[in-house]
Amino acid sequence: MSSVLFDVPGPKARARYRAVAVVSTLVLAGLIGWVLWILYQNDQFTEAKWQPFTDAAVLRNLAQGLLLTLRAAAVAILLAMVFGAVFAAGRLSDHRWLSWPSALVVEFFRAVPLILLILFLFLLVGGTLGRFWCLVLGLMLYNGAVLAEIFRAGVTAVPRGQSEAAYAIGLRKGQVMRMILAPQAVSAMLPAIISQCVVALKDTTLGIIISTEDVINTARLIYNDFRYNNAIIVGLMLAVVFIIINYSLSKLAVYVERRLASRGERAVDHSQIASV
Amino acid sequence: MINFGALGEMLPSILDGFWLTLRLLAYSAVIATVLGTLLATMRVSPIAVLRGFGTSYVNIFRNTPLVVLFIIIVTGGPQVVGRTEFTTLATVALSLYTAAFVCEGLRSGVNTVPTGQAEAARSIGMGFTQTLTIVVLPQAFRAVIPPLASVYIALAKNTSVAAAFGVAELTYRMRSLNEQFPQEAVTRFSGIVLFYVIIVAVISGIAQILERRLAVSR
Repeated sequence: MSSVLFDVPGPKARARYRAVAVVSTLVLAGLIGWVLWILYQNDQFTEAKWQPFTDAAVLRNLAQGLLLTLRAAAVAILLAMVFGAVFAAGRLSDHRWLSWPSALVVEFFRAVPLILLILFLFLLVGGTLGRFWCLVLGLMLYNGAVLAEIFRAGVTAVPRGQSEAAYAIGLRKGQVMRMILAPQAVSAMLPAIISQCVVALKDTTLGIIISTEDVINTARLIYNDFRYNNAIIVGLMLAVVFIIINYSLSKLAVYVERRLASRGERAVDHSQIASV
Repeated sequence: MINFGALGEMLPSILDGFWLTLRLLAYSAVIATVLGTLLATMRVSPIAVLRGFGTSYVNIFRNTPLVVLFIIIVTGGPQVVGRTEFTTLATVALSLYTAAFVCEGLRSGVNTVPTGQAEAARSIGMGFTQTLTIVVLPQAFRAVIPPLASVYIALAKNTSVAAAFGVAELTYRMRSLNEQFPQEAVTRFSGIVLFYVIIVAVISGIAQILERRLAVSR
């Protein structure tokens, strides 16, 4: 690997790198081994802890929970896009009576912790909406607010000459947005939108506070069972599933961004709009 | 909508929660910053093993939901390390999770330093450590402020996940005050949200001041 931070190593530096590499490998391997050893010492790798994963009924319940998790995330992100588009348009409006309230709503839902919002919605309207829709509603409000900022950044990033030319040929404000700005903004926003899907999927697990019947709840039924009592193992299995899904989505976002770059377009920087 | 009388009655409890939230935030922020800086250094270092470790750490912890991390560490932890306070375990989970984002924030800041700077440092004979500590990092510091501020704001909001795991911080009061004030959901929510808004405002305010102070002209 070449980097501007260091030179191509000569013979002396190579020897030094090798020494550091050996030492750090030993330290890191020791660290990982130590954690595994402690887990082993405390009976985390006994058959009983892993037994539920051999039970077809348990696995089926987990799969059903995962499906519900995915569905909640998908429904929420679709609704959030509508919410985001409406409030981004509101915030970009020239009318203050429209742009100020939109900005207030967007900033509010970005500042409130999502788990608190979900709990509040549940205590307020949980009786009529049910747990699933309280979760989806919370996810929609938060991710919608973030998406509104992404959409706004995308539209603002379109070169000014574009809208000026559109006005010059006599298009109206609505037409400029619909026909000129929005189509050009969409491609720049795509990587950011995919990254936001990862956030939404991770945040679906916050349903734990209102016990939605998602994969976390199924997992909780397993590790709270006194026969298993295996929160670490169940947690690790959940982590593996989420990492596989989210890592693929992140890679997709990077791929889309690279393709944009190769066409000479710039993607919207997502990192500072979305919190984690 | 908001019952100010009831708000006054629940304020002591909310303030207790606020104090615990602040403590979670402060401890986790410090640990995550140290760990994240270490990881960021690993990710740009010439040693392949360290780069690989740094990259894997970030990919693993960034793609795991915080709730799952809490299940492993806060719920499962006591089986391994013996009886430990939930607050301590929650701090560990929050720190490990946030370190990955601190690492990425630092890296994106370091990337904004023009390559000519590092090239110039190398051409006058500086090694990796010197280039990084004398030339690149001091310049990266300012560029790092906005991404790090948003990481800390996210951390402040993420401390609320601890409420689902028996830590009596700010969000926990939403439910614990439900018995005493069942009719006042909106009041409770507003009172609690106010304190989160204060934290978020303070962090972004500090970031703005620092950014202005450290402004460099290029």
